[in-house]
Amino acid sequence: MHDLIQQLIIGLSIGATYALIALGYTMVYGVLRLINFAHGEVYMMGAVVGFHVTNLIARWRLPLWVSLPFVFVTAMVACAALGFLIEFLAYRPLRNRPRLVVLITAIGVSLLLQNLAQMWFIFGPTPQAFPPLIPQYSKTFGTPPNTITISNLDVLSFGLSVGLMAALAWVVLRTRTGLALRAVSYRFDTSSLMGINTNRTISFTFMLGSALAAVAGVVDAIRYDVKPLMGLMPGLKAFVAAVLGGIGSIPGALVGGMLMGLVETLVKGYLSSAYADAVAFVVLIVILLVKPSGLFGRYVPEKL
Amino acid sequence: MRWMTRTAWAALLVAGLMSCKDKGASRPSNEILIGEFASMTGQTATFGQSSHEGLMLAIDQVNAAGGVLGKPIRVITEDNRSDANEAVTAVQKLISRDHVVAIIGEVASKRSLAGGGVCQQYKIPMLSPSSTNPAVTQVGDYIFRICFTDDFQGGVCARFAVKKGWKKVVIFRDVANDYSKGLTAGFRAGYENAGSVVAEESFREGDNDFKAQLTKIKSAGPDAVFLPAYYADVVKIVKQARELELNVPFFGGDGWDSPTTLAAGAVMDGCFFANHYSPDDPRPAVQSFIKAYQAKYRKTPDAMAILGYDAGRVMADAIKLAGKAEPKAIRDALAQTKDFPGASGTITIDERRNARKPAFVLALKGGKTSIADTINPE
Amino acid sequence: MASIASTSHISRPRLPVWVINSALVLLIAAMWPLHRVLAENMNPYYLRILILIGLNVILATSLNLINGITGQFSLGHAGFMAIGAYAAGSLMKYFGPTGTQSAIALPALLAVGGFWAAVAGLLVGIPTLRLRGDYLAIATLGFGEIINTLIVNTEQIGPFEIGGSSGLHGIPIRTDFFWAYAAAIVCVASVWRLAYSAKGLAFRAVREDEVAAAAMGIDTTYYKVLAFVIGAFFAGVAGGLYATFDGNLAPESFRFMRSIEIVVMVVLGGSGSVTGAVVAAAVLTYLPEQLRFSNEWRMVIYSLALILMMILRPEGLLGGRELFRWRRRMAIPVVPADSGPRGT
Repeated sequence: MHDLIQQLIIGLSIGATYALIALGYTMVYGVLRLINFAHGEVYMMGAVVGFHVTNLIARWRLPLWVSLPFVFVTAMVACAALGFLIEFLAYRPLRNRPRLVVLITAIGVSLLLQNLAQMWFIFGPTPQAFPPLIPQYSKTFGTPPNTITISNLDVLSFGLSVGLMAALAWVVLRTRTGLALRAVSYRFDTSSLMGINTNRTISFTFMLGSALAAVAGVVDAIRYDVKPLMGLMPGLKAFVAAVLGGIGSIPGALVGGMLMGLVETLVKGYLSSAYADAVAFVVLIVILLVKPSGLFGRYVPEKL
Repeated sequence: MRWMTRTAWAALLVAGLMSCKDKGASRPSNEILIGEFASMTGQTATFGQSSHEGLMLAIDQVNAAGGVLGKPIRVITEDNRSDANEAVTAVQKLISRDHVVAIIGEVASKRSLAGGGVCQQYKIPMLSPSSTNPAVTQVGDYIFRICFTDDFQGGVCARFAVKKGWKKVVIFRDVANDYSKGLTAGFRAGYENAGSVVAEESFREGDNDFKAQLTKIKSAGPDAVFLPAYYADVVKIVKQARELELNVPFFGGDGWDSPTTLAAGAVMDGCFFANHYSPDDPRPAVQSFIKAYQAKYRKTPDAMAILGYDAGRVMADAIKLAGKAEPKAIRDALAQTKDFPGASGTITIDERRNARKPAFVLALKGGKTSIADTINPE
Repeated sequence: MASIASTSHISRPRLPVWVINSALVLLIAAMWPLHRVLAENMNPYYLRILILIGLNVILATSLNLINGITGQFSLGHAGFMAIGAYAAGSLMKYFGPTGTQSAIALPALLAVGGFWAAVAGLLVGIPTLRLRGDYLAIATLGFGEIINTLIVNTEQIGPFEIGGSSGLHGIPIRTDFFWAYAAAIVCVASVWRLAYSAKGLAFRAVREDEVAAAAMGIDTTYYKVLAFVIGAFFAGVAGGLYATFDGNLAPESFRFMRSIEIVVMVVLGGSGSVTGAVVAAAVLTYLPEQLRFSNEWRMVIYSLALILMMILRPEGLLGGRELFRWRRRMAIPVVPADSGPRGT
């Protein structure tokens, strides 16, 4: 039993990261009906920026309550800028082009970022451990061998995820920009007729999603390591999570992310770890066949 | 304007065909050409680049000392983008277009197998610095390696486990990696009678989170965990194991060897790994290599680098022994390599064209290694 | 919108079919003496590139059928290739035919490889019927990854070796210029004739507007699955050729990146243009070899080129038209019609 609880904790911790990335996918899809293939790479860039920044400020020996937010905020700002650039340079010129063209462009951007990260002047191909920033400790409950362990990074990841989602919900529901975002998601053309600056709203959406991905990137960098290809699988899994939760739905992204984390962990723990990655795609295919609108999405019939 | 496009196409075609007119072009005979095929880009770029750096250091040193047979050695490096099909193309180019007299490569056994087929076909000697799959040298009598094989290394780990009195072991292997597969097989063969493998778990190279499997491993209650994987995954796995209060020793093979493992510090305490060499080995060959490497590249070398370095030196020595830069002679000279003082150990090439070298088992403590055991080939 | 009703897009050749077929057979037969000449005289490295061009032509053309002509954006083509490669390679290794036996065995085993790839195409095509553009892309990508995972975890199927993560080695090498180009000619001819037949119209109709096509009485399910099956078949044949050309297979050669490379060929040549795919395959096989010195930057250049191409000239080099001005030229714009973020 304790094993199951341990696996659940692990799953939620991983799922929290997927949720953060999935939020970016879901918001961009909501406004543009575009799968931003490059989103996984933005997550990776967040980790890379966090890595470099932490190395830079290491010599100043700042106290944790200063350095930690600093690293996160810098990564968020950098990725927001990156997200803005991607949208402005690669997607905006194709705003009225067929979806497939934009999809291919998105793949191109993803590849570009992956390969730029492998250049020596950005990061290089070798995986590197994140420089020391947060002391990691864990708390164990229960008597051995029936123990359950939670580490402070699990708590951080989960807390950040839920907290940021709450903040995001506040922005989307309570601010004018959020209102604009919802309007553009609902009806693109009409919202511009209503006086909403669609371009600005879309840029904002990208920046917001990218900032969240950056947070996930830094957390995972601290937990694991930094490598230029680290965005590929989490990106895909987070996309599946977004679809699972209902693409376009923000609570859906959170729930979807958590579910994906749980499924993956339980498969690894109880079935076979060899197939854990493939499971993500099986989930996707099943969802798309059974309930394509996902858990929280609405089914929008195709109007002619 | 159609004629313009037509002419453009025609010109392109002609230009393309023209560049193929290169059969047996004369080569400058004032240098010795050696080919290298490595993964300079792609999934395993980090290994290829390390190996390449080690090799180039060796060749630079050889050339600085006057070269071989009075001529400098020039290495033509072709990138195979971490792909086996590309490896064949790269080797084909080196042989057919660049007319190299010998080839060094590759790190990954799969690509060595791929390239080895071509080398054997054209009778160009090939020396692999670090491919450990036994099948590599079985491709033919022109294929050599200067490292030990998976079955030997797995056996070393098994012998060590037995010596340490670990009766119950869990194998945690990388399912997508043939190196891990080979080591596991070698380990099982050596360990089967002496102890019991209570569980076997797997992960995929590049995975980040292993806690699910580690939880299962913990429940199995082993004395130690055999982890035949590469350093990036190893560090993450051990770290997560410690987080889960799984404090038994982890041990593995030469894939652990990297500055990253040492940089992980105290979390790796109590773990062991088999390796080709030890930085504590006082032999001047090792120490001078490390110094020279750091001077040239400003970083600490890893296992691939040192093996690449030795491959270069063994090759240069073989050419010297052969007396002429001619593939067959080089091949015979390589076969006769005996007690070569490599930085990664004393290298003797046996009749199966594998290197007979002792293996060190290194213990990790406080970010440093120490020699826990030395195991010689039987 | 161009008029689909115009029948100028169906190929009604001026020559009787038997003449064209015989010409094709002769063309294939001509590959044999050409092969002997090249094997004797051409530098093996360049010959290898030439053969690789042939294989990539098959891959690009078969993907073109799925992506370009039928508009089903598949990112899992390498998975079909893998199945064909392992099927043919494994059987070839097991039976190890020599001499004249292999002249019969090779095409037979290639067909077997193609068959199993086609089965996979069927298995992929059916569930993905309902998916549009982006979802279809991810789902096919997923299939590719699933196939890869299955291969990595399989040591053997019955007596036939697969090799798992070690890869499959020691496959007898039987493919040469003749077989590669014979297969390429068959593939290109098949896809060409398919594309410019009534079936081709149906494919294009599905690409342009599925709902309208269905309203016109076209069985969109049938055509979508057919495109997948035929495309997968040829991808499997190409895979088998690879297996018996290199003698080695590694599962990581058939992943997402491989699929992307083929997609780039199709897109560069102009989706929907058969000759476009051929030209692009040739260029994209040859150029990287000539530009080997820039390998570090190769992928960066590739991705930049992809992005710029999509922004500046999304219809590719040939823009959906064919290279040679046959009597009928495709005038239907080849980029799928659902424009804009809303598909209005």
